[in-house]
Amino acid sequence: MSEPHRRIDLVLNGERRECDVPVRASLADLVRSLGATGTRVGCEHGVCGTCTVLLDGEPVRGCLVLAVQAEGRAVTTIEGLAEGDDLHPVQRAFVEHRALQCGFCTPGFVLLAASLLDREPAASEERIVEVMSSNLCRCTGYAPILAAVRAAQAERA
Amino acid sequence: MKPPPFEYLRAGSVEEALEALDGETKVLAGGQSLLPLLNYRLARPARLVDVDRLEELAGIDVEDGVRVGALTRHAAVERDEQLAGPWQALRVAAAHVGHYPIRTRGTFGGSIAHADPAAELCLAALTFDADVVVRSRTGTRRIAAADFFAGPFATALADDELVTEIVFPAGATASVFEELAPRTGDFALASVCVVQTARGVAIGLGSVGPTPLRARSAEEARASGEPVSSVARAAAQDCDPTSDSHATAEYRRALVATLVERALLRLEATA
Ligand SMILES: Cc1cc2nc3c(=O)[nH]c(=O)nc-3n(C[C@H](O)[C@H](O)[C@H](O)COP(=O)(O)OP(=O)(O)OC[C@H]3O[C@@H](n4cnc5c(N)ncnc54)[C@H](O)[C@@H]3O)c2cc1C
Ligand code: FES
Ligand code: FES
Repeated sequence: MSEPHRRIDLVLNGERRECDVPVRASLADLVRSLGATGTRVGCEHGVCGTCTVLLDGEPVRGCLVLAVQAEGRAVTTIEGLAEGDDLHPVQRAFVEHRALQCGFCTPGFVLLAASLLDREPAASEERIVEVMSSNLCRCTGYAPILAAVRAAQAERA
Repeated sequence: MKPPPFEYLRAGSVEEALEALDGETKVLAGGQSLLPLLNYRLARPARLVDVDRLEELAGIDVEDGVRVGALTRHAAVERDEQLAGPWQALRVAAAHVGHYPIRTRGTFGGSIAHADPAAELCLAALTFDADVVVRSRTGTRRIAAADFFAGPFATALADDELVTEIVFPAGATASVFEELAPRTGDFALASVCVVQTARGVAIGLGSVGPTPLRARSAEEARASGEPVSSVARAAAQDCDPTSDSHATAEYRRALVATLVERALLRLEATA
């Protein structure tokens, strides 16, 4: 079977992009091919969350959305959070609380936390723990990650 | 890229989706079950028909009963304040499905059509005596949940049929959902849904048989006024769990008794 393709456009980190994608490519594959390689690919079946990107502001598993399903929609990757050299508050908090070690999981966690605090600024401790348990980190343990999210939440308040 | 190649069609309307459905074509909704299967190459459909954008199939309508459109995301069910009170178990069930970023995509109809024996929403549909409404080019059928689930990942749905909505009948006055999973977001080792109506208490069990099932002898024990602990023991005998790498059959059976007891006590406290 020849590889079916489709032309789509989407807004990646605020910029309109037009591309021709194989219909079986995942959104994670697509953003990586467009240069947003901060999006990591781990398990490719929805378990680890390292491929997390925001689709119209909601966190999704980039490996479980087809690229063609993002047509006409806004996609945010880790590259889209900082404003120039100014890190996003969640990124700053991750640095300050040493919430990363190898860094493989970090883009996914940062996007997940940023979207949670955007949508639910008053998220309870229980809710923060529940949402942050969506992703896997095999290095730092979750305590510094949770400390960073709490700090970013406090800074917004 | 992991999936095998397929043709892709995005449906602009329900009619267009129905027109495309045949034995070679699979419906793609939220993709949270189908895309992992494709990535593992456990499924090799020639074509996907994407219904992800059919907004006409999304939404929750609470009147006497509750109608949930097939494209309603788990996250929307979990957040819907109208579902507090008698329908609370639906919200709790939805909140137990995987992780939040999976619930922003996964759909109610997808979960029902996928028919995982551990699926919380299938268990809720069975326990609330919901109907699954399905459409094909030739008409509409309304299938009772009890007749819909045929086995693990098997349903009464034909190749050319699309689930359009799930209808929960009026009459529930309180409901509770309980489960235990090894970690938050994992599939449950056992799950329990209990629903109070004027006729009595419906007791449903998940993850402990080929489909979600009703604990009939436990329901009867409850109706004849037996204490919660013996109703719970009866429920443990109503199921047929298997052993796997996550838990033994004996453990699951004991867990069913614990969860049923907990659910009934909470039901009494809320009713
Ligand atoms: C890490 C992870 C953890 C998970 N944990 C759980 C869990 O704990 N409990 C649980 O229940 N689920 C769990 N899931 C699965 C998730 O709930 C899915 O959202 C759900 O099973 C399927 O919904 P979907 O919309 O994503 O369907 P899809 O993946 O798009 O489709 C699933 C199947 O249903 C068919 N289908 C979809 N919609 C329709 C329709 N309207 N009419 C006819 N056929 C249709 C498709 O053809 C396909 O065969 C998990 C998934 C992942 C990746
Ligand atoms: S790569 Fe997507 S969840 Fe692991
Ligand atoms: S920092 Fe290494 S996996 Fe999280």
